[in-house]
Amino acid sequence: MKHRIAKLLLALALASAGPALADEVQVAVAANFTAPMKAIAAEFEKDTGHKAQLAFGSTGKFYAQIKNGAPFQVLLAADDETPAKMEKEGMAVAGSRFTYAIGTLVLWSAKPGFVDDKGAVLAKGEFAHLALATPKLAPYGAAAMETLTKMGLVDKLQAKIVQGENIGQTYQFAATGNAELAFVALSQVIKDGKIGAGSAWIVPQSMHAPIRQDAVILASGKGNAAAEALMKYLRSAKATAVIKSYGYAVE
Amino acid sequence: MLTDADYSAIRLTLELATLTTALLLLIGTPIAWWLARTRCWWKAPVSALVTLPLVLPPTVLGFYLLVAMGPNGFLGHFTQALGLGNLPFTFAGLVLASVLYSMPFVVQPLQNAFEAIGARPLEVAATLRASPLDMFFSVVVPLARPGFLTAAILSFAHTVGEFGVVLMIGGNIEGKTRVVSVQIYNHVEAIEYAEAHWLAGGMLVFSFVVLLAVNFFNPQRKLAQP
Repeated sequence: MKHRIAKLLLALALASAGPALADEVQVAVAANFTAPMKAIAAEFEKDTGHKAQLAFGSTGKFYAQIKNGAPFQVLLAADDETPAKMEKEGMAVAGSRFTYAIGTLVLWSAKPGFVDDKGAVLAKGEFAHLALATPKLAPYGAAAMETLTKMGLVDKLQAKIVQGENIGQTYQFAATGNAELAFVALSQVIKDGKIGAGSAWIVPQSMHAPIRQDAVILASGKGNAAAEALMKYLRSAKATAVIKSYGYAVE
Repeated sequence: MLTDADYSAIRLTLELATLTTALLLLIGTPIAWWLARTRCWWKAPVSALVTLPLVLPPTVLGFYLLVAMGPNGFLGHFTQALGLGNLPFTFAGLVLASVLYSMPFVVQPLQNAFEAIGARPLEVAATLRASPLDMFFSVVVPLARPGFLTAAILSFAHTVGEFGVVLMIGGNIEGKTRVVSVQIYNHVEAIEYAEAHWLAGGMLVFSFVVLLAVNFFNPQRKLAQP
């Protein structure tokens, strides 16, 4: 039995040491960018031969993990502040940072016909809960609060606001019907270029500061060919077409 | 140092843990007593059901509670019929979830304590014509005192330490559902490490003291066993 485990461990060690490391890049991806990044990584692998290993999570958690030595070479953040901070702290390669996507905020309900195309449903207040991502943590949450402020509804709706830890959880609150309304990312509710289910108001970009999502090469990815190739690929026409199809804008 | 939001989270957590522990002692005692005495075939499934939160990830419990307590779930229908509305995003919802979540930490020590008493003291009490209720309060409760203390302490501590379930059904509302563990998570995510350290360090010391207390009250008990 012991013998077999030893053999198995040896096989695993050999298997993981097999592929050339230079052709692989470990990427930390903001959770809201999960679907488009999976599609882009598949194309990237086909077109360049490099392999992108993806991990999905929240930007704050990635920051903590990378600071403590997590083996990521590229970060696709949900904001532009964290990559800038990492660059300043020497955790990222200076000058490698750029905006790979600009998020679009939507007010969404799982109920068809509940949200009108001007967001007037907010002012009517005929709902018990409005879900949004914690404004302090999530750029989409901050943008939602900005929008409410601009509409002059913060005081009126304060008692109805429930906070998801990120937009994934916020979407869950609305999808299960516990919150009739939620501010989520367009990328979460879009399907084949249209709102997939329920009803939504695409919040005009003029209502809040742009939700810029920045990518950066991390210190451990310096000189990594696959990391540099991926950063370049993210700006290619093919990748930007995918990014746009998920409801993001690009620069 | 601690902010107002931190104090509010601490206060809420203590309220939640106190209420949960009180309710669990009321609900858990008859369940544990029944499990300790019965030979009915129902014992195994009930015991497994009570133990489930020990092995289930909080995400499973949290997700199913969110669905069940929502407007389309069976619990949601029930609470709506009672005129209570839906339970997610409310303190009452957190209490219900915590009762389920901390159940094994009350039932198991109590069951062990009841089983350790054995049949003999009860037979003696019965020959002295003690009524079942009298027997329970005059014989069983004093003999099972360490079990009650352990159950209360573990339930309290476990509820204080709860994270996944409250994150999934709470809605992170300050003063209503934002408990200490969620507040720590918020601090860490916001890269406010100094604030996180104050709360997290406090939690560490608190948990250590609690486990020390369990051992003090119940020297035979091993720390590793929940």
